[in-house]
Amino acid sequence: MALLEVEDIHSYYGNIHALRGVSLTVEEGEVVTLIGSNGAGKTTTLRSINGILPPREGRIVFRGEEIQGVPAHGMVGKGIAQSPEGRKVFHRMTVLENLEMGAYHRNDRAEIRQDMDRVFDLFPRLQERVKQEAGTMSGGEQQMLAIGRALMSRPKLLLLDEPSMGLAPVLVERIFQIIEEINKQGTTILLVEQNANVALEIATRGYVLETGAVVNAAPAEKLREDPKVREAYLGEI
Amino acid sequence: MATTQEAKTGGSTLEGLRASSWSSRIAVAIIAALTVLLLVQAVREPGQFTSQLLIGLTNGAIIALIALGYTLVYGIIELINFAHGDNFMIGSFVGVTVLSGTFLGLGFFAPIDASSGAALKVFGVLFALVVAMVVCGLVNVGIERVAYKPLRNSPRLAVLITAIGMSFILQNVGLAWKDASQIPFPSLVSNANILAGVTDEVTFRWKDLFVLAVTVPLLVALSYFIRSTKQGKAMRAVAQDKEAAAMMGINVNRTISVAFLLGGILAGASGVMFGLFNGTTVFDVGLRQGLFAFTAAVLGGIGNLTGAVVGGILIGIIGSMTDQYIGVRWTDIVIFTVLILVLVFRPRGLLGDRSAVQGGGGE
Repeated sequence: MALLEVEDIHSYYGNIHALRGVSLTVEEGEVVTLIGSNGAGKTTTLRSINGILPPREGRIVFRGEEIQGVPAHGMVGKGIAQSPEGRKVFHRMTVLENLEMGAYHRNDRAEIRQDMDRVFDLFPRLQERVKQEAGTMSGGEQQMLAIGRALMSRPKLLLLDEPSMGLAPVLVERIFQIIEEINKQGTTILLVEQNANVALEIATRGYVLETGAVVNAAPAEKLREDPKVREAYLGEI
Repeated sequence: MATTQEAKTGGSTLEGLRASSWSSRIAVAIIAALTVLLLVQAVREPGQFTSQLLIGLTNGAIIALIALGYTLVYGIIELINFAHGDNFMIGSFVGVTVLSGTFLGLGFFAPIDASSGAALKVFGVLFALVVAMVVCGLVNVGIERVAYKPLRNSPRLAVLITAIGMSFILQNVGLAWKDASQIPFPSLVSNANILAGVTDEVTFRWKDLFVLAVTVPLLVALSYFIRSTKQGKAMRAVAQDKEAAAMMGINVNRTISVAFLLGGILAGASGVMFGLFNGTTVFDVGLRQGLFAFTAAVLGGIGNLTGAVVGGILIGIIGSMTDQYIGVRWTDIVIFTVLILVLVFRPRGLLGDRSAVQGGGGE
């Protein structure tokens, strides 16, 4: 059974029909990516999965349990954490406090400490800045913090929304290396990315979204070779 | 605004003055002139001046506790909870009821008043404080649930109007409960001057000390809660980004309730102290005190906890100085002039808005 099964979900912003029957699956251990242009419904899909924008129709099954009615603050307890679009770190809290918030629903202090050390291993920069207010850090550092904060909940499934946004190419490469590393350490990843090139490089499989629906689903290497995908999303003519 | 800030942070005073606008120069000049006038008084009659300063401090502490309720709620949901001052009034009513020993026509114990023994007085005051804090905390949470939460996604004006409606409702509850006349508080805290044996110049009464002795621990506890506890940190997280906070597993609605609970608790304590301190309360006392406290919160920077305390004490002192040197009739005029001046010249308040609830205590 797949770790996450999204079955034909329909989501709305007010009267705007944003998702028109999206279905996808994520197997344990995979990196699955959603690619598509602006407004295709990538972020909306993540918001529907994590309860911020519950779908009006359809089912979301995570580890064999239907979760489409669980409130957003209950998702982290189910094992789903997110590094949201635009990072959304708590600007006026320190790096340490941000990481503590990531572990908010947990009470196992010793293991929280271990997980924090693991985050610091992945992102040594965060350890250097542990007492610094998050809002005073660079975009790249805030992205690291957003991912580290999500990892603090020890998630089964990590939702990553546009981790490359606004970062210099060198930094994008570095972040994606770390994302691969996180996946190797056993966290399944659902990745939304504008930069389809880097996303398809680390992904196992990909879904292409257009106007709120899946139009193509294939292993990542197939998508990389697909002429339509190359033309539309990989910037090749 | 940019120029005034430059003036504050810029290198030399002269440079700052040149960069500042005419309006802010006039404001600075007025403040300087008033300060000089006060200093003249301070030199001529230091005893009287110090006494007034202490009275201001005590009144300010009572105002600060209410101001914290405005600022806590504003910091987290950006709503001016206009019913807050009336919740303070409810607090004073609960206090006087507890001390009377009679509720709903049932006598639970003999009234605790000036003739009671010292131990009973202390117990009575503490008991009245605790009951009022609990009741006001719960009333505040209830108001939020009933009147504000259903409007969470409505335009802000709608919630503001509901808040004013809640204010009228509470006032009329007070009116129905205790009628329109002044309600005397038993004098349980001594009016005597602590410094009587030391100096005749300066007055600092036991009841001034009482107010400070209740306020300071409450402020320390609140500061610790917001800064260091898990729930306090969650509150700051919610204030900064509700969606991200929910993603962390923080129950946003419950956290908002906690903010209202804390504000209510402080208003309850303030209400009882106000009654004991002034010896009387009345159903519409919340309007004036509430507006003072709102002014204090804006003066300090609404949303900023340290700002609310600083603003409260400043308003208290401005009030007591006006009472003494200009005339009691002018006090309200002066205080609300301060409100308008702050809104015009420094809308973010002295310490800047939001930083403390959202950012942790404000060092």
